[in-house]
Parts: sequence; C-alpha cells; structure tokens
Amino acid sequence: MENLFSLFVRSIFVDNMVFAYFLGMCSFLAISKNVKTSFGLGIAVVFVMLITVPVNYLINKYLLVKGGLSWLSPALSEVDLGFLSFIMFIAVIAAIVQLVEMVVERYSPSLYSSLGIFLPLIAVNCAIMGASLFMQEREYQSLAEATTFALGSGIGWCLAIVGIAAIREKLKYSNVPAPLKGLGVAFIITGLMGISFMCFLGIEL
Amino acid sequence: MSQEKTKTAEASVPFWKEMFSAKNMKLLSRPFGSENPVTVQVLGICSALAVTAKLQPALVMALSVTVVTAFSNLIISLMRNSIPPRIRIIVQLTVIATLVILVDQVLKAVAFEVSKQLSVFVGLIITNCIVMGRLEAFAMANKPWPSFLDGIGNGIGYGIILVIVAIVRELLGSGTLLGHQIIPSCFYEAGYSNNGLFILPPMALILVGIIIWIQRSRNRNLIEK
Repeated sequence: MENLFSLFVRSIFVDNMVFAYFLGMCSFLAISKNVKTSFGLGIAVVFVMLITVPVNYLINKYLLVKGGLSWLSPALSEVDLGFLSFIMFIAVIAAIVQLVEMVVERYSPSLYSSLGIFLPLIAVNCAIMGASLFMQEREYQSLAEATTFALGSGIGWCLAIVGIAAIREKLKYSNVPAPLKGLGVAFIITGLMGISFMCFLGIEL
Repeated sequence: MSQEKTKTAEASVPFWKEMFSAKNMKLLSRPFGSENPVTVQVLGICSALAVTAKLQPALVMALSVTVVTAFSNLIISLMRNSIPPRIRIIVQLTVIATLVILVDQVLKAVAFEVSKQLSVFVGLIITNCIVMGRLEAFAMANKPWPSFLDGIGNGIGYGIILVIVAIVRELLGSGTLLGHQIIPSCFYEAGYSNNGLFILPPMALILVGIIIWIQRSRNRNLIEK
C-alpha cells in the first residue's frame, strides 16, 4: 500500500509526463489558451489513461511478453511477440477512445458535450501512448501498480496543462516582445515551470 | 493546407525533369524554414525535446522520423483513393505503426546502445504529430511523389531543430560533440566548468523558445497577432 502511494506521488510530481518527459506537448501547447477547456482536456486524458494502461498491461502480460502465452498451452511458452507491442498498444488506444466516446455520448450527454471534442484528439496524444510504453519498459509488477501509475501520470498531465493555461490567460495582458508572442513565450514558460518542478527531484519516496 | 495540390507538369517534359521541378523542390525545402514543422506548425515537439541532451541520439531520431514520415506519406498517398474517410485514422495509424516497428527492429539490430538511450521515444514516433499531421494535410490529397518529397522535407526540417538544440546542449552541458571533447582542457584549468543546467530537460524548451524568437524576428510574417 505504501509502495503504491509513493508510486502515485512520484508519477504526479517527480516523473511528470510534461515536465520530465515532454509527452503530450502538441496538445499541451495548442489547447492551453484558457483554463476551462484545458481542464476538460486534462480530465479526458486522466480518464482515457486510466482505462488504456491497465488494458495494455494485461495484453502485454498475457499475450506479448516471452512466455506470456503459456496459459494457452505449454507449447507456446517460448513465443515472444514483444515486437508487436507498438501496433497492439496503438490499436487498443484508438479502439478504446472510440468506445469511450460512444459510451459517454449514450449515457452522459453533459459530459460528452464538455469532453466530446477532445476525445478524438487524445487517440494521438503522445502522453497516452507514452504511459503504456513506460508501463512496459519499467515492468510494473501488478495490475494495481500499473493502474496507480496511470492515474498519477494523468493527474500530473492535467495539473501541468491547467497550470500553464492559467499563466497564459494572465499573459494576454502583458507586454511580450512581438516575435516571442504566443508560441515562443509558451515554450519558455513551460521550461521555467519544468525547472520549478525539478525541486521535487531530490525527494526520496 | 489541405487545398495544396500539385499539378502534373506537361507530358512532353522528361520525367526526371518533372520529378525535380522547381515546384517539387519547393515542397522539399519549404519545411526547412518558413514552414518548419517544429517552430511554425508546432508539430512533433513531444519527442523533439526529450532526445536532444546529446547529439548522437538526436541524429538517429531525426533520421528515423524522416524515414517514417517519407514512407508513410508515400504509402498513404498511394492508397488515398481507396481509404474510406470514416476509418482513415486507424488505417494511417496501422501504416505508421508498421513502419515504426521496422525502424525499431533495425535500430535494435544495428545500433543497440542508441536504441537503449532513445528508449520509449522510438515507439512514440507513432504518435508524433508530424507524421499524422502531414498525412492528413498533404498525403491524403496529393500524388505519391510530391508526398514523398514533402515527407522527407518535413523530416529534415524537424531534424534541423533537433540538431541545433542538441549541439548547444551537448557543447555547453558536457563540453563534447558526438562524444569527442571539444572544449579544450586549458579552459577547465582556467576555471571554466560545464553548465549542468543544459543537460536537464527544461533547457530544451527554453532553447526552442529562443530559436522561435530568432526566427520570428527575422521573418515578421510569422508573428502571432
């Protein structure tokens, strides 16, 4: 339990998807112009990550890794399908995003109207794919660990985009040099936020 | 962007002249500057920053992205008339994923050390917005050869930014280039020391911000309102 909690805090602050690995930067910079929409996108990312990472974890464990197929028959215990993981993960993500979109549209129209436009965008968000790949690379031991990691990374991403959106809203009223306006200054602010997030680096959990 | 169409040249011109016509060459060179995928179109930043602490992985990454962009543009452009629009995203993703698996396997076989350093970022070429962006904006509406050139051009445009950032970071951060010591040891004896800040991730963002600043103050058309 303690282990899970430290993993959770770690994936929000220390291994923040945006500031430590630059994942999901494209939508991070494109959507972060006001707090309300970026919060919507952030929640959608948490939601999709929380579903796709555990599913990909199970697929990885029971289908792709060497010996993963041995539950089917002992003869298959030598099969290593690891090279298929990219195509498998992206197919799962694209399918689940589609599915989530349909379910949300059917059962919660109000949620759909706030998340709906972001869901298709998320299929190609590097943070989602990155979470699955990190899950595979770091070899999390149990489903609970993978889920905790997914939740933490999603919340970390959400926190980052809401933070920069709040700064950019205020920035509209400041006198930025013309060539630096918009994109340029957004980059530099993200860098400065990254430096401030690095103060979590030394924390032992 | 989606309105871009290249007209076929006159049939009487020899095919190699047509293939390297001024219009096609422009497709190739445009993404280097005024339509740079990273600094102007804001695509593919995710991986552009994470691999630039050293020059070598940056070069390998630039090459991989160029290969994937060029060939996925070519393949999708060949199939563009038979892809149903409703499922085009999944078709595009499948093509890209296949190419990325190929690149990943080649890297693991040829340059294992670099492929270890790049870790998940090779896999993340699949969701690199440059590849998807060019497929949607160009390959779905253009012939195979211009699409192929457009892919190469955008890959190189992305590579240029990667290499500039990587050179600055490696030179100032560790005093080396491609692992060779560049800053002479007498500098260190005189009290110079490497700036560790350049190795850290946030510096990549600030450097790209500065590149955008320089580019936009030279080319005033790009300034945002």
